[in-house]
Amino acid sequence: MAEKKKKTVKTIKVDVDKCNGCRACEMICSAFHANPRYSSNNPARARIRVIRHPLKDIYVPVYAGENARAECLGRDKYIIEGKEYDECAFCRSACPSRDAFKEPDSGLPLKCDMCESDPTLKEPLCVQWCITDALTYEEREEEGEEEPRPEDIEVGLEALVEKFGWEKIQDTINRLMQSKKGE
Amino acid sequence: MRYAETGYNLEIDLSTGNIERVETDPRDTELYLGGLGTNAKILWERVPPETQPFSPENLLIFGAGLLCGTPAIGCNRTILTSLSPQTELMAFSMMGGFWAPELKFAGYDKVILRGKSPDLVYLWIHNDQVEIRDASHLRGKGAVETQELIRQELKEPNAQVAAIGLAGENRVFFASIEQGRSSASRQGLGAVMGDKGVKAIAVRGTKDIHVARPAEFMELMHEVMEYIKFREANPIPGVIPILARLGSPQEMAVHDEKWHTENFMWGNARVRRRDFWNEEIARAWKETMESMQNRLISCYNCPLKCGATITPPGHSTYMMKCFSKLTYTMAAFSDLAFGLTIAQRATEYGVDGYSTPQVMAFALELYEAGILTDQDMPGLPEGNEDRFYWLLDRIVRREGIGDILADGTYWAAKRIGKGAEAFAHNTIKKHEQLPLKLGMLNPIYYLMYCTGEKINITQIEGQFPQAPFPTREEREAFVKDWFQVPHERFKQYFLDWEPRGEKSMPFYPTVEMCCDIVDWMEKMHYIDDAMGVCSGLSSFHLKPPYHIHNYPKIISAGAGFDMDEEKLSLAAKRYRTLVRANNIRRGMRRKDEVPPEDHWKKRFPELEKQLLDAYYQMKGWNLDGIPTTRTLRELGLDYVAEDFLARGILEE
Repeated sequence: MAEKKKKTVKTIKVDVDKCNGCRACEMICSAFHANPRYSSNNPARARIRVIRHPLKDIYVPVYAGENARAECLGRDKYIIEGKEYDECAFCRSACPSRDAFKEPDSGLPLKCDMCESDPTLKEPLCVQWCITDALTYEEREEEGEEEPRPEDIEVGLEALVEKFGWEKIQDTINRLMQSKKGE
Repeated sequence: MRYAETGYNLEIDLSTGNIERVETDPRDTELYLGGLGTNAKILWERVPPETQPFSPENLLIFGAGLLCGTPAIGCNRTILTSLSPQTELMAFSMMGGFWAPELKFAGYDKVILRGKSPDLVYLWIHNDQVEIRDASHLRGKGAVETQELIRQELKEPNAQVAAIGLAGENRVFFASIEQGRSSASRQGLGAVMGDKGVKAIAVRGTKDIHVARPAEFMELMHEVMEYIKFREANPIPGVIPILARLGSPQEMAVHDEKWHTENFMWGNARVRRRDFWNEEIARAWKETMESMQNRLISCYNCPLKCGATITPPGHSTYMMKCFSKLTYTMAAFSDLAFGLTIAQRATEYGVDGYSTPQVMAFALELYEAGILTDQDMPGLPEGNEDRFYWLLDRIVRREGIGDILADGTYWAAKRIGKGAEAFAHNTIKKHEQLPLKLGMLNPIYYLMYCTGEKINITQIEGQFPQAPFPTREEREAFVKDWFQVPHERFKQYFLDWEPRGEKSMPFYPTVEMCCDIVDWMEKMHYIDDAMGVCSGLSSFHLKPPYHIHNYPKIISAGAGFDMDEEKLSLAAKRYRTLVRANNIRRGMRRKDEVPPEDHWKKRFPELEKQLLDAYYQMKGWNLDGIPTTRTLRELGLDYVAEDFLARGILEE
């Protein structure tokens, strides 16, 4: 059995009904992550975006999550209470299909870090600046499987061996180890 | 390195199609700050007084406030400057929303339009890429509709678009420029945009705006935010709801309209209905608002929710602004459902919500009086509300009588003749005013109405209570935490001010005190208009988060030059005087500085003369309202002094 470990999950609760669309969250996010801190403002660098469509009454603050190197094969639309949300409206990924969550200069992906800093903030700044309470912060303890079970790895590896053969797998592992040495 | 501003203006010649990115002089920023201040300087330098509003030489300047694009809370205003077709004076209409910060992020402080495009076009500003694009397919489209069509066409959902509707295209003198949940409505700048052949300006920017001393700037913004929260949690007691809180949330969020409906005039600014509001109306109007309103909304980086998206049944959605909620309703003696529904059409057409209903009510009054007849109005419907729609449709197309009415009540009355002038009774400097008619002269408001060059009372009043509090205890409680005053003496003015007796209106506050109070109120508005800060968090309000004591620090930490209260007051006086200089050069004089004759029933001509004399003197203007050479030179406006002397406007 894997070891059960306790971890803290940081959660920003987004109440789309309370959002007034002011984009203060974008402002404070980009200013906080500027170097030196607060030296510049540019919503295009923010790790939160308010997907706004006032005439359709759509306001969705979305946080930058993992970078996706390829776009999805299919695109979905959600209809909630009669409002049609565009494809990708709720997606947190920087991906080739859109310009959200990419550094405007370099194109490198952005990711929300919950304003990690020293000293630690009591809550992320977007939450502090959202006085309409569309964004609220919550921490909770969760039990997670921290250590993967050895037999799970074996099952995966055996499948790869069967497909590619021992030699190719060994070569690949060696090559990966070489290239990642510096990290 | 430039801080707060980008240091570049975008110059677009619509006649030739030439587009230039021009670096600006940082010394001008220190002297005139930005927004309105630098707009006024450009207009002075480049638009000679012979220029007509609809001549290609007239400029239309979209100026972002100095602090727009920085983290300054509620700082999002675009200050538009041009010559107004209606007043024929320098106009500075303004809009909030999201456009000004986006322009800054694209790398520009202002867009300056000159010339005229031969065909209808729109501008697409995307960082360094600027295009003049064909807009023939957008001709006749609604102002709200156009914003959406352009975003779709450009595949740029984040573009901010300022657009005109049919009224602007047809050069209606009170046409607006609509943008998101805001608009530049006053003084007809939509008509100037239409005259230049520009349907819209779309902007998208992804560049940085820097502040000079980040830690200090953010600390000041935290103080502003904390004070906003404090004010939201602690409405000011003893004043009407509109003044108790910041912003103008009462328009959309508060249903009790007893104060507006019983104190403002109905029809063509004629009828006061003192017992109008009752439970039945309160219930019906609340139901109307709740059935049509989707959500309360904000402008860029502002926590207040002054606007709302409104969907009247069977019509498309629009964003309602401030007091337009009631202007159509009251002009037509109708109800809120009518007001919110016709405002949808009016917003798409792109017209000013203050002037338009009055122009229509004026036309119907003339019809009732037999001055306009069935020959002038063939096909005028029977129903009262239908008549408003009928007139609106004709005004924005300049069809038939609509062509005359489209010039506003002042010019329309002149053209109609037959005594119509008496019906155009609610203008200052040829521009329609809020429908207010009151009892006894208010000396503070008298000065503001006379000398306000934005020509809208809400854009100059604020800071000082509109009326005395009944008891000394209440007044003492009010002044206790009134730290926004520029000087302790303002507290004393207020403490001693009584509703009745020796120290009451119109002789108290005294002439000198009135001048002092008006000067302070005006100064704060002018500072906001250079910074791009909304007066809803500042000059319009009692005890606002932005004030004369924190502004110098905010400007200095943001823009990076030295600033203190004295230097800021001097800068505000400099460009305020330059605004006046623009108008003096266009012929404005004391004779033009008069409130509507019927604004107050009881007038005091002797006192009014004393007030205006003293105010002019305090401002450093002569008795005709012209800034003296001495004043001009003290302010570093020597070039204005030389011009006035050369033109014979002043003598040494």
